[in-house]
Amino acid sequence: MGDIVKITKIAGTAVPIRGNDIDTDRIIPARYLIEPTFARMGNYPFFDERFDGSGKKKDHPFNDPEYKGASILFVNKNFGCGSSREHAPQALYRFGIHAIVGESFAAIFAGNCTMMGLPVVVVGAKEIAQLMKSVEENPRTEYTVDLESKTLSYGDQKIAIDLPDTYRTALTQGYWDSTGLLRGNLDAVKKTAAKLPYITGFGS
Amino acid sequence: MAGRTLYDKIWQSHSVGTLPTGQTQLFIGLHLIHEITTAPAFDMLRETGMDIPFRDRTFATVDHIVPTDLRQRPFLDPEAEELISVLERNVAQFGVEFFGVQSANQGIVHVIGPQLGLTQPGMTLACGDSHTSTHGAFGTLAFGIGTSQVRDVLATQTLAMDRLKVRRINITGELGTGVYPKDVILYIIRRLGVSGGKGFAYEYGGPVVDRMNMEERMTVCNMSIEGGALVGYVNPDQTTFDYLKGRPYAPKSEAFERATSYWKSVASDADAHYDDVVTYDGKEIEPTVTWGINPGQSVGISEKLPKPEESADPESVKKAYEHMGWKPGAPILGTPVNVAFIGSCTNGRLADLRAAAKIAKGRKVDPSVRALVVPGSAEVKKLAEREGLDKIFAEAGFQWREAGCSMCLAMNPDKLNGREISASSSNRNFIGRQGSPQGRTLLMSPVMVAAAALNGKVVDAREYE
Repeated sequence: MGDIVKITKIAGTAVPIRGNDIDTDRIIPARYLIEPTFARMGNYPFFDERFDGSGKKKDHPFNDPEYKGASILFVNKNFGCGSSREHAPQALYRFGIHAIVGESFAAIFAGNCTMMGLPVVVVGAKEIAQLMKSVEENPRTEYTVDLESKTLSYGDQKIAIDLPDTYRTALTQGYWDSTGLLRGNLDAVKKTAAKLPYITGFGS
Repeated sequence: MAGRTLYDKIWQSHSVGTLPTGQTQLFIGLHLIHEITTAPAFDMLRETGMDIPFRDRTFATVDHIVPTDLRQRPFLDPEAEELISVLERNVAQFGVEFFGVQSANQGIVHVIGPQLGLTQPGMTLACGDSHTSTHGAFGTLAFGIGTSQVRDVLATQTLAMDRLKVRRINITGELGTGVYPKDVILYIIRRLGVSGGKGFAYEYGGPVVDRMNMEERMTVCNMSIEGGALVGYVNPDQTTFDYLKGRPYAPKSEAFERATSYWKSVASDADAHYDDVVTYDGKEIEPTVTWGINPGQSVGISEKLPKPEESADPESVKKAYEHMGWKPGAPILGTPVNVAFIGSCTNGRLADLRAAAKIAKGRKVDPSVRALVVPGSAEVKKLAEREGLDKIFAEAGFQWREAGCSMCLAMNPDKLNGREISASSSNRNFIGRQGSPQGRTLLMSPVMVAAAALNGKVVDAREYE
């Protein structure tokens, strides 16, 4: 638990990954989960889609020099479905992605992202199509995700974004790193526990 | 006023309070950990000098990366050896009860929790694994969490959570012969979609679910997350209580009686309000096989593969065909199979092995097929061997292994090679899931896997009933 860090705005260039139901096995193959820390996860996002068996680069937005340095990821529906592995958002974050904009996200993935200070925000199907087109046409486009005004802006465009109020508050007020907040209530936690029959051994 | 669901009741009794974010601080009654998603969480406890305030509510085992053949230490894979050693050091330092590689209680977390009687109705239960919904079979509010949340549970025994809605899923009538709980959950996911459960807890019920035994209910609840639902559960009943009686960590004698009255009280009220209700007729469900790259892409055994243009999501269907290499309109029957895997937290329990052994008995695995049976826990293995199931499988040509997650996610040496096609009783057919980026997975019931192994292709296992 360090100092409280409030996350309100993420600005930068973007990279699109097209497709629905992109699961966390695709975001990070399970074999990298064998490492005992997250330190090297930034080397692995979409590894098997970016490299062939001999390590040769394949055609993939994360390999494309046009998108180098992008900090905002554009995705479609149900991104991050499957395994609860936090290695998936860790891999994206450590690769340089500091906000994800998509049509929808899987529940555990969205929670994991929020808890590490990586905002995931939702836009409509039409809007994501527009955003993907804009970045593909001009990868140098600068985008700003503003959590306080719930907007995404670029050029003269402004698009409404959505995310659960609880996640927005956690990020903008600096509660996303929740351990300190939760641990501050340990007395109340003990009182709740003492009322649960299975904690007290079903005492008569 | 409408009655309350099990979800409402457990949520309320475990709520510590409302956080400044608007989330609920939820007490976690049971925390299960394994080697994969925990190491950074323990590192953080050490860095900040925090203890585990409820350390008797956390239990650890090893499952994801353990070899299922050679168990002697050090493991052949030095990275696996290192990760297991990290967990062993962490549980020793923090005093967490641990079922290690050599323990008679070792096994997949979602198999050993119920088997030991740790999983009980009316609890909240969290584990750093998305298939934690398995424990919902007991009327437990159980869900998968990430590593930062593992850290929070260790440090505070609570999580910051948002409340879910509840969808009741009724399965009416009865299942046909040779149709199993795996087919039921694959059917549900196909109908409601892989993200249809987002924001919901699934409550499974109706006559078909009521008649299921605990192992069968676990198979259904296990795959809730594949339908996008964080939580899936079945209301506890006499079947649940009978299963728990006499298990090592279940309450004993008079405490068991008092526990039973608590467990009965947490079931959804007859007039409970649900945010959504769907009903399916059990006799509509066939033996079901996935053909694509997510668990919602499945067909009944008598059906043909779908045409992209007739699908709600043609792009995803095209992507699936691109990876799998099938032709739209082809039958799923007769699809060749190179590998057969029976095991996992979905279908690695004794009843699963018994059902598969019944088909394997006195028959031979097709010589072109590599077939593995991996019990879900050391205890399942022991009980199966006591019944002679190991011999039935071995005589038929299946490899009989030690307990672990194995080829479900291929973090140990059990992997597909190249473009191999696997008939698998596991839960995910994602690209690369079984260890080869080009590998292909067909999910199905253990009985269907056994039948596919004998024939070297997908067949209708009802031929053997």
